[in-house]
Amino acid sequence: MRLVGNRVLLTLVAAGALAAWALPFLTRAPNRLVTGVGIRLAQLADPWAGVLLLPAVLLACGIVLPQSRRTLVIVAIAATLLLGGLVWLAGAQAASLAAAAPPAARISLGGGFWLLALCAWLAAVDAIERLRVSPAARTLAGIAVLMPVVALAAAGELAALSLAREYAGRRDVFATALVQHVAIVAAALLPTVSIGVPLGIAAFRRARWRGPVFAVLNAIETVPSLALFGLLLTPLALLASALPGLREAGVGGIGVAPTVLALTLYSLLPVVRGTVAGLTQVPQSAVEAATGMGMSAGRIFRKIEWPLAFPVLLAGVRIAAVQAVGLTVVAALIGAGGLGALVFQGLASSALDLVLLGVAPVIALSVAVDAGFRLLARRRVPVSA
Amino acid sequence: MIRFEHVGKSFAGAIAIDDLSLSIAPGEFVVLIGRSGAGKSTALKMINRLVEHDRGRILFAGDEIRKFKPEELRLRMGYAIQSIGLFPHWTVEQNVAAVPDLLGWPKARIRDRVTELLELLGLAPAQFRSRYPHELSGGQQQRVGVARALAGDPDVLLMDEPFGSLDPVTRDALQREIARIHGTSGKTIVLVTHDIDEALRLATRIALLDHGRLVQVGTPREILERPADDFVTGFVGKGEIGIKLLGLETVAPYVRPGAVAPGESIAATATLREALSTFVARRVDRLAVVDADGRPLGALSLADLVKGRG
Repeated sequence: MRLVGNRVLLTLVAAGALAAWALPFLTRAPNRLVTGVGIRLAQLADPWAGVLLLPAVLLACGIVLPQSRRTLVIVAIAATLLLGGLVWLAGAQAASLAAAAPPAARISLGGGFWLLALCAWLAAVDAIERLRVSPAARTLAGIAVLMPVVALAAAGELAALSLAREYAGRRDVFATALVQHVAIVAAALLPTVSIGVPLGIAAFRRARWRGPVFAVLNAIETVPSLALFGLLLTPLALLASALPGLREAGVGGIGVAPTVLALTLYSLLPVVRGTVAGLTQVPQSAVEAATGMGMSAGRIFRKIEWPLAFPVLLAGVRIAAVQAVGLTVVAALIGAGGLGALVFQGLASSALDLVLLGVAPVIALSVAVDAGFRLLARRRVPVSA
Repeated sequence: MIRFEHVGKSFAGAIAIDDLSLSIAPGEFVVLIGRSGAGKSTALKMINRLVEHDRGRILFAGDEIRKFKPEELRLRMGYAIQSIGLFPHWTVEQNVAAVPDLLGWPKARIRDRVTELLELLGLAPAQFRSRYPHELSGGQQQRVGVARALAGDPDVLLMDEPFGSLDPVTRDALQREIARIHGTSGKTIVLVTHDIDEALRLATRIALLDHGRLVQVGTPREILERPADDFVTGFVGKGEIGIKLLGLETVAPYVRPGAVAPGESIAATATLREALSTFVARRVDRLAVVDADGRPLGALSLADLVKGRG
């Protein structure tokens, strides 16, 4: 019998232990703009901190225990408790440290916290993945893992942390930025899908078009995002000044219009590629049989080709959507708003927790979009053995 | 039922079918046979207009096939292919129901038809109707493919090497099924193969093609006894003509009633080819013969096989 039953867990526990020992769990700074002094986990003066050892030890046991379903469930629960416990400890410690410090002082989450929390989260996700439950159950379990953290935040237990104080000071700005961000992504995906899918179908039907179409889309994809924004600046500005109607509608060299346009151009490649790949993998024999039995071309497309191509097509849209969530951050540089505005504001004033306030929801959005599309694709009937 | 009149077809200048004339009567089982590239599949696909002929005329039920809309023509002809082409996202039931669905049959009738066909092809309906193609073996998939081709109760069944990719045991079973279906339904069947044994076993008439031309058409016996030229002789296998002739007949007419023979008996429905094999394997010259219920009928003598009837 092998001693190590779960190498992923071994790696995560080792990395977590190293992070706990070597990296600061929290940092304390006299104000929000200077780099703080690190406080390691061992330096914390809280007797309750030892409670966290319990789920940590359980996780370590999960490495060597036989990888039964019961072990995996225990690992998932232990990792969830560890994650919640880490967040709770950070919040509680920040509160007690802040109470003893001047109001301008900031208690921030340190590298040790982030790495530990990441390890705990990955351990939980990995255990859920290994349980091989249905996609819906997997998604629910993935949400459940984060529930303790959400509950702690909602209860105000984390209010003393610098991140929470940045949020408290910008509640409205944050909400607007989040909505803007999602709106920009949605506004870009709509034209992308309505152009990309027909373009993909056309490229599939006419092999001669495929080369040029992909050559152009690939070329666009290689242009750096900032350069593309720059390239669009002049023509859109000219267009807006030539057509006052457009200008009144908000079209200009900077702002939302070039962002949506650039995102659309970027997103076309994955969508067109997904459409062509989806249609290509439809078995030729099924199409021949359908034709031979007397189905019309339209019916073959609706009943056979489209449903069989759809999951692959959707994977293309998923990639486009995740990519757009990330690219929209950069769009803040040309005044499109969104979460990127927080990031660049934070960078400009070297307030790292403000940067984090912008980046964290971007990551969460990406994960959520990815999971949502995967769930949508897997609801379909299995296609191959 | 189907009539080729001086039909020709070229692909990019290369002649695929050259002056093909062939008349297929209702209820016939015609096998188109030839080497790869002989044009047999092209000839078959011209019947349901998957390939359009560019010279001559093809008549279906008395009318030139171009007078039909392709979809309407195809709905009246079942079509089964070697790669089967089941729709992977549909259940067995949905696959078989595809053509009845196109024909707009009522739901209850479609359901009954699916049950009937699955039974006909030896697939227990309760067990198979809601399965997906990837859950079936190759042989089961081809059974579903044949059931689907029969579903709309077509006048004609077109089959393009339907058993080509199956193992010998499964192929044998499916050949027996299709022979039985032909016998009971009286449907006109046109089947393409390159397997001479399959052709001899199934066909009422064999059409042998080479380089897009019809070399010989005739019953299996005519092909074996009077091959038109050396090509035909070579195709059926010069050294095996006698054995293959024996394969065309059953034991029954050769039985001497009342005669007895020692040892295990042979069924009256077995072919003479099987009987010869048994003679040689057992090193005897007489075999006891029984009917389907195992009752003794008499004996078969090796000498009678050589002499033939009459």
